[in-house]
Amino acid sequence: MAKVKSLADLKKMKEQLQSKVDLREKGEDPESRVQIKVAMATCGIASGAKTVMDYFLEELDKRSIDAVITQTGCMGYCYAEPTIEVKLPGQEPVVIGYVDVKKADEIIEKYIKNGELVDGIIPMNYNTIDNQ
Amino acid sequence: MKDLSLHILDIAQNSITAKASLIQIAIAEDTVADTYTITITDNGCGIPPEMLAKVTDPYTTSRTTRKVGLGIPLFKQNAERTGGQLTLESEVGKGTVLTAVFVHSNIDRPILGDIAGVVVILVSANPKIDFVYSHSVNSNRYVFDTREVREALDGLPLNEPSVIPLLKEMIASNLEELQIG
Repeated sequence: MAKVKSLADLKKMKEQLQSKVDLREKGEDPESRVQIKVAMATCGIASGAKTVMDYFLEELDKRSIDAVITQTGCMGYCYAEPTIEVKLPGQEPVVIGYVDVKKADEIIEKYIKNGELVDGIIPMNYNTIDNQ
Repeated sequence: MKDLSLHILDIAQNSITAKASLIQIAIAEDTVADTYTITITDNGCGIPPEMLAKVTDPYTTSRTTRKVGLGIPLFKQNAERTGGQLTLESEVGKGTVLTAVFVHSNIDRPILGDIAGVVVILVSANPKIDFVYSHSVNSNRYVFDTREVREALDGLPLNEPSVIPLLKEMIASNLEELQIG
């Protein structure tokens, strides 16, 4: 890929990208995308949330997983930062704490790809049978 | 916070919470006056005077999930450690301006860190907000404006996974030329 430096370079790259985007938009509706929220308040950032977010942005694109990655505020689990919330299509969101790059890789490979739960889940939206 | 870019990422969250539609991040390095100034300006809801008076107190926060708010106090502490200062101006309904001045040559001034990555995270995670990032070193200046980028991309979303690395590359290669101190 040529080096992008100016807005004109970006414009040139655009056509190439557009075809890729069209292809995806036709194939899937937005609700079927994996949604990841990285908690990025002071506590999260100080414990390395940025590194985790960079990793997800890079790796999910590389591994061709269609995901929306956004930031969120502090969820009150400052002791377990960096925390992330992962929502697989059609499922309840899951909050996972103590996420570093290694953990993020495990989350992609186990939870996002196969739906296997991983260690470190914070029972934030935990429902007992009684209140279901 | 390990570097200044993380402080910027942190403080920008306040502007996002304040429902700003335009957030301007400006870094001005002046080696003659020996200052390193970071200014974050937003057009969000603003801070009422009584809150503004105590935002630098670590036991002040607008959150309900916890009782402490360390973003601004930590940034202030870092600025003051170099002999600089942090000031906040705000008007309800108009927006807020935060200015942190560091002494450029002071050994306690943290490094800038991965600012290109921080700007790209902010842009991609908040597709509805416009960001302007400008960085000047004495008379040299680089400006990244998402309004211009949006126009160049002509309908292609800024948070598109294949666009994100291009934006990062664009910012990083332009900053390289500025020779950031």
